[in-house]
Amino acid sequence: MARHIVARTSEIPAGGNKVFGLEGRDIVVFHVNGEFFALLNRCPHEGAPLEKAACVARLTSPEPGIYHRDRVGEMLRCPWHGWEFDIRNGQSWFDPNRFRIRSYPVAVESGAELQKGPYVAETFPVHIEDNYVIVEV
Amino acid sequence: MSDVIDRPMLDQEKTAATRLKIIDCDIHPSIHAHSDLNEFLPKRWQQHLKEYGSHLRTPYIGTTPYPRSSPLIARRDAWPPTGGVPGSDLDFMRKQHLDPFDVEFGILQVLDLFIFSQQNLEFGAAIQRAINDWQLAFWAHRDPRLKASILVGQDGSDLGLAEIERCAKTGEYIQINVSPRANEPLGRRRYWPIYERAQELDLPLGIHVGGYGGHAPTGGGWPSYYCEEHQSNAHTVASNLTSLVLEGVPERFPKLKIVFIEGGFGWIPATMWRMDQHFERFRSEVPHLKRRPSEYVKQHFWFTTQPIDEPDEARHLRQLIEWVGIDRLLFSSDYPHWDYDDARYAFKTPLTEAERRKIFNSNARAVYKF
Ligand code: FES
Repeated sequence: MARHIVARTSEIPAGGNKVFGLEGRDIVVFHVNGEFFALLNRCPHEGAPLEKAACVARLTSPEPGIYHRDRVGEMLRCPWHGWEFDIRNGQSWFDPNRFRIRSYPVAVESGAELQKGPYVAETFPVHIEDNYVIVEV
Repeated sequence: MSDVIDRPMLDQEKTAATRLKIIDCDIHPSIHAHSDLNEFLPKRWQQHLKEYGSHLRTPYIGTTPYPRSSPLIARRDAWPPTGGVPGSDLDFMRKQHLDPFDVEFGILQVLDLFIFSQQNLEFGAAIQRAINDWQLAFWAHRDPRLKASILVGQDGSDLGLAEIERCAKTGEYIQINVSPRANEPLGRRRYWPIYERAQELDLPLGIHVGGYGGHAPTGGGWPSYYCEEHQSNAHTVASNLTSLVLEGVPERFPKLKIVFIEGGFGWIPATMWRMDQHFERFRSEVPHLKRRPSEYVKQHFWFTTQPIDEPDEARHLRQLIEWVGIDRLLFSSDYPHWDYDDARYAFKTPLTEAERRKIFNSNARAVYKF
C-alpha cells in the first residue's frame, strides 16, 4: 500500500471533510471528534457522493418510544437515500455483511517524523511543528 | 458476499447509459420565491396567498403531516450553491443532472403550493394557472429539454377544462396532470369530461403520487411514521388503477394514455392477477368491461420506475420487470428528491441493450410523442 500525505490536520475542520484524488479514486477524509477517517467517496447503493453525507449519531431503540443516542458524529448518513454507515470501517448499519464502503487506513504524523522517514512530500512546505494526515491506498 | 464497490458498478451499463440519451419522466422544479409567480397571478389571488395561504383538507397548514426524511424531501447535495431551494436553479440542475446524465427530455412535475390539494377550488385553479405559465417561462423556454404538463384540479372540473383549453392552444404542454388524491376514486364519472378532453387532444394523463386529500392515505387509516406513509404511495396508485380500470375508463376512452408517476411498479403484477381473478367470478357486476382487467392495464397504462423496488435477489427484479412488461416502464429519476434513482445504478439487474433503450428512452418517446 502506498502512503500519501494528503493534508495538514488543520486543513480539515472538525466535523468537515475533504476529497482527494488518490490513484484514480476519489477518497474523502472526514475529521470527527479529533480523529480522521478515509473512505471511498461513493455510496455502495447508488453511488452518491459521500462528501455530502451527514455525520450523525448512532440511534438505537430497545422498544418503541425509547431511544438511545451514542457515538455522536461517527455514523455517515448518505446524502441520497439515507443509508447509514459506520465511519470507522465503512460497514453498513442495517446490513453490515452485504454492504460496506471501502475504507482506508489513516495515520496522523508530525512533520518532524515525516522529515525523518521516506515520506517527505516535496510539494508540501514542511513546517515541522504541523501534523499531517496520511492515507494508505 | 460483500458488495464493496470501489469502481463503478455495472461498468458496461454505465457506458451504455452514457451512450443512451435518457428521457426522465419525473423532475421536480421548485419556485425560488412566491413572488416569482406574481406576474402570472392576478392581484386578487396574490393578496389571498399572502393573507390566507393554503387551505387544505388536512391539518398542519403550511407544512406536511409527516416530517420528511430530509429538509424539503431533497438530496443533501441538491441545494444550489447560489442559494435557494433544491430544484429552483436551472443552471445547477443542468450541471448536476441534465448534462451528466445526457437527459434528452425531462418532464417537469411541480408539487409546490400543494397544488392539487387546495380546498378553495378557485384559488387552486389560479395557482395551477400561474404555475402552468411559470413552467414555460422559467423552465421550458429556457431549456428546450424540459417539458411542461398542464396541471388541473379535477374536483373543479369546469375550471380544469378551461385551463386545459387555454394551455393546449399553445401546443407546448405534453400531458395533463391530475391529482391521485381527489375527492373520489379516479374512475368516477364526475372526472370523465377531463379524460374525454385528454383523449381528444391526444395528451397523456399524468398522475403523480403525493398530496393530501381528506382521506387517510391508507385503507388502514392514518400511519404513524413517514416510513409507513411512504408505503401508501403504492396503495394509492393501486386503488386508483383499479378504479380507473373497473369503472371502465379505458373501455370508454380507448385512446386515452394514462401514466402513473412515482408509484413504483412492484405492486402491479399482483394487482393485475387479483383483478383478473375477480373478473372471472364477478363479470356480471361489471358488464361494461369487455376484456380482462390486465389487458386494459397492459394497453392503456404506463408506470415510471422510481422508486425502484430492490428485492434481495436481482433475478426477482428481473421477473418483476417481465411481469409488468418492458413496454410499460418509463425511466424517472425524481431529481432532486431524497429517493432519487441514478440511471446508471438503480436497475440492479442486467438489461439487454434493447430493453434499456425502451425503458430509458423509446417507451416515453412513444407515449409523449417526442
Ligand atoms: S446512494 Fe447512498 S443510500 Fe442510496
